[in-house]
Amino acid sequence: MEPVFALAFGVMVAVAAYLLMSRNVLRIVLGLLVLGNAANLSIFLAGRLDSRIPPLVPAGETMLVGGANPLPQALILTAIVISFALVAFTVVLFESAHRRLGTLDAEAMREAEPRPAEKSVTEPRRSAPAKVTEHA
Amino acid sequence: MSSLILTTTSRLILPAALIFSIYVLLRGHNEPGGGFIGGLIAAAGIAVHAIPRGRTGLIALLRVWPKALIGAGMLLGIAAGIPALLLAEPFLTQQWPFASLPIGTTLVFDVGVYLVVIGSVLTFLSYYLEN
Amino acid sequence: MTLLALIAFPFLLAPFAGWAGGRSSPLVAAVPLLLFIGFAAMMPYVSADAIVHETHRWIPSLDIRAAFRLDGLSLTFALLISGIGTAVFLYASAYLKGAPRLARFYTVLTLFMASMLGAVMADDLMLLVVFWEMTSLTSFLLIGYTPEAAASRRSAQQGFLITVSGGLAMLAGVILLGTAAGTFSITEILDQREAIAAHPAAPAIIILLAAGAFAKSAQAPLHSWLANAMVAPTPVSAFLHSATMVKLGVYLLARMDPIFSDTGLWITLLTLFGAATMLVGATLAMRETDLKRVLAYSTIVSLGTLTMMIGIPGELAAVATVTFLIVHALYKACLFMVAGIVDHETGTRDSSKLGGLRHYMPKTALVALAGGLSMAGLPPFIGFASKELVYETSLETSGWWLVVAAALLANIAMVVVAAIVAIRCFAGEQTSTPKTPHDPGFAMLGGPAVLALLGLVFGAAPGLVGESLIVPAASAVAGYPVDYSLSLWHGFTPMLALSLLTLALGAFVFLRWDSIRPRLAGISQIDSWGPDRLYDRAMDGLQRMSTWQTQLIQSGSLRGYVARTLLVISVAGLATLLIRGGFEMPSFAGALTPDVTLAVLLVIGALAVARARNFVAGIVAAGLVGFTVALLFLVRGAPDLAFTQFSVEALAIVIMLAIVGRMPFRERDYRPSRERVRDIGIACLIGVTATLIMLAVLAQPFDPRLSDYFRMTSVPEAHGRNLVNVILVDFRAIDTLGEIIVLGLAAVAAAAVLAGLRRATSEKRP
Repeated sequence: MEPVFALAFGVMVAVAAYLLMSRNVLRIVLGLLVLGNAANLSIFLAGRLDSRIPPLVPAGETMLVGGANPLPQALILTAIVISFALVAFTVVLFESAHRRLGTLDAEAMREAEPRPAEKSVTEPRRSAPAKVTEHA
Repeated sequence: MSSLILTTTSRLILPAALIFSIYVLLRGHNEPGGGFIGGLIAAAGIAVHAIPRGRTGLIALLRVWPKALIGAGMLLGIAAGIPALLLAEPFLTQQWPFASLPIGTTLVFDVGVYLVVIGSVLTFLSYYLEN
Repeated sequence: MTLLALIAFPFLLAPFAGWAGGRSSPLVAAVPLLLFIGFAAMMPYVSADAIVHETHRWIPSLDIRAAFRLDGLSLTFALLISGIGTAVFLYASAYLKGAPRLARFYTVLTLFMASMLGAVMADDLMLLVVFWEMTSLTSFLLIGYTPEAAASRRSAQQGFLITVSGGLAMLAGVILLGTAAGTFSITEILDQREAIAAHPAAPAIIILLAAGAFAKSAQAPLHSWLANAMVAPTPVSAFLHSATMVKLGVYLLARMDPIFSDTGLWITLLTLFGAATMLVGATLAMRETDLKRVLAYSTIVSLGTLTMMIGIPGELAAVATVTFLIVHALYKACLFMVAGIVDHETGTRDSSKLGGLRHYMPKTALVALAGGLSMAGLPPFIGFASKELVYETSLETSGWWLVVAAALLANIAMVVVAAIVAIRCFAGEQTSTPKTPHDPGFAMLGGPAVLALLGLVFGAAPGLVGESLIVPAASAVAGYPVDYSLSLWHGFTPMLALSLLTLALGAFVFLRWDSIRPRLAGISQIDSWGPDRLYDRAMDGLQRMSTWQTQLIQSGSLRGYVARTLLVISVAGLATLLIRGGFEMPSFAGALTPDVTLAVLLVIGALAVARARNFVAGIVAAGLVGFTVALLFLVRGAPDLAFTQFSVEALAIVIMLAIVGRMPFRERDYRPSRERVRDIGIACLIGVTATLIMLAVLAQPFDPRLSDYFRMTSVPEAHGRNLVNVILVDFRAIDTLGEIIVLGLAAVAAAAVLAGLRRATSEKRP
């Protein structure tokens, strides 16, 4: 049944990619949510879905025979929490940008990297590189 | 978001969630559970308590800024690795000082994870709480 | 342990030096003094054929060792570094009294001394490179002692960029050399010198190592940073930029000389660059009035002389090199400190405004005279012997006329510079200066006086330094035990005639200096086309290039970055599958279990997110995806994951809904439909790529070894029955530690962003 989930994984990646390329930053947040789940799913699939039994050694025994693959589970457990932190941090950044710039349009958020045309009007030539590093 | 129902039920939910989270944390080494899940459960319980009471309510409950929990957790995580260094083993080689008891530095480490998770979630949450 | 202790000592005492120096206590000089005593105690163990070795483990996996070697050359350098260091530390404690940032200054100065000692004692090329770069770094910090001043910043950066670029070339040379020899150990490399000199990579090694040494030792055309480094406080100039650090390049050349001394390229390169540097330095020295810059250019002349002497093969050249090395360090450090005293006492170091200072500061005048006489190479000072040796070596060289001409010119410049510092400022009529000068106290005058006196003592009794230092060091440079007896007087020889000619011409130039200097200074081409201007142009060019490149690559469009990244991933992934033949299909047989409904749910949820008309609907749809994944975890043996995922989804929805009220979610996408079609194309491409890769992975047979290892060892070794938790907190605890740190830092960073935002809003609406 893994191949069927591989197809679903592909759809999730495509949807996440489509949302990440949005101009509305809130759609980017949704894209990140889907992408995080897709990534975790891919690790889980790569470790195979052979067993329904959790990887717990029965009390009194010293080793486990069979059972679900514990390694991808350990990787995913931290990945879930980290992807939550990533999404939460992104939301904070976007809200901060929204407050400062009054827009949710990713194309309009150009304070750090203004278009060359805009820059030549507003700033002298030499200060351009310094400006980039300040915000980097 | 001051709701009478939430305020009242959270009085029950908070202690239940905290006790449950510690139970999950402690049994994690042998049964499903551990620092990550325990931390999330505790954070959810505290969140339910704090949402109707605002940021001041959160600080009154924790007595410290949530950021302090993050620092404390990281320190515990690092501290769990120190005994190994003293025994000239690689950092974070977990030690089991009591031959008969299954208590070792892993517990210190997992408590560190638990605190970092609580601290991080509440740090994110604290901004969205009303004053 | 002795050598390691000698090197560790200054590193460990750097905080003490910072503390003592911070309160301008002369006690700070105890650190170099103790080191000097330590190295002096090593003298009996080092001779022409006796070397002290010491090896400690460092990075065994890369075959890099903390190996040290104390032979004549290293010991000579170590004594110069610690001895002159003592004088300089003592001097600085009075000279810099009341200056800002003293604790940092002395800490860095001590670290510099420590790195310098490490560099000259390293017996491993990698260790040498590390210490070498540490001297560049500390030099950067010391030149930039006054970061408020633009000149200070520029000079610090220039010195750093040039020496470190050289260091990079040297590192490449070191790696080539290490590969050719099969070891990084200098001792072992020297043992197989013939094989290395004949190795096909030898020319590349020579050029790369020489580039590093030339940059460090300010050989033309990389010399301008040294003159600009004079913005540093005088103790730094006396210590780093005349006596020690700039000699490190010379040290490297001398260290490698036994290997390449008979190679034509080595001889040509060193002789030509050395001679050119002498010429350039001598010319530029004649244009300056600032005492420190005059001395700096004369240092460049000396460094050129040393390079040229190393390039000349033979044991006489080795003796001449080492003798001049010691002599130069003694008198140049002394004269720099005298120039500093003059500056400190009168408030100016412009030689055209100074004169008659002997009336105010007779003791200083005496010290200056002694230093100047050694520099000018007059008997009975050791400088005389050194100059005769340089002439003798030059006369014996093939192509001697070039070498002799360069040496003559250099020595004339030495005479003139010595006269400018020692005579011009102190003799003649009194001039009015910004401050009324008088002799400084012992702390400032003691060091230079001792150094000048040593020039006289060694000259009167050359055996004192000849047997114990010069012969062992010359043996190290030559590569075999040298037999030479140093003496002051050689009788009436061609060298003596050259010496007399030098003095006569030097005196002539000095007397006509007032008319010669302005004429030389008037040649504006030197200023507009010299390497210093070229450096500025190169830096400007670099900045223009980075602006151009930034505009090219960083369009500023987030979507552009994402689209390009996704395209590259797709193309690279598909190309790899195509080239490596990875298009494999796993079997779909038996795929239709009831669990497949979860896959269908995932697809429905994902498409619903993409089609969501408002943010709340999007969150709900994303929640559906998340809960479905959690369900999959639950039914496929991962309860830990399922619980974590459920909690996280719940928390995420709480936070997401909290922001709904704060940010508007426009129903319409901002994208015009043409862009939307393009984005859908890219999205489908990456989706197909991801699916194909996933299918190719699933078609491979599963390797259970690692998972089985955890199944077997979890209970016996880690006393835990929940394998997932045991992996997290025990087997891979460092990974988990890294992850909780990432998690915590993300939260702290978010808190910082939000705090800044809150401050900005409260400022707007007070």
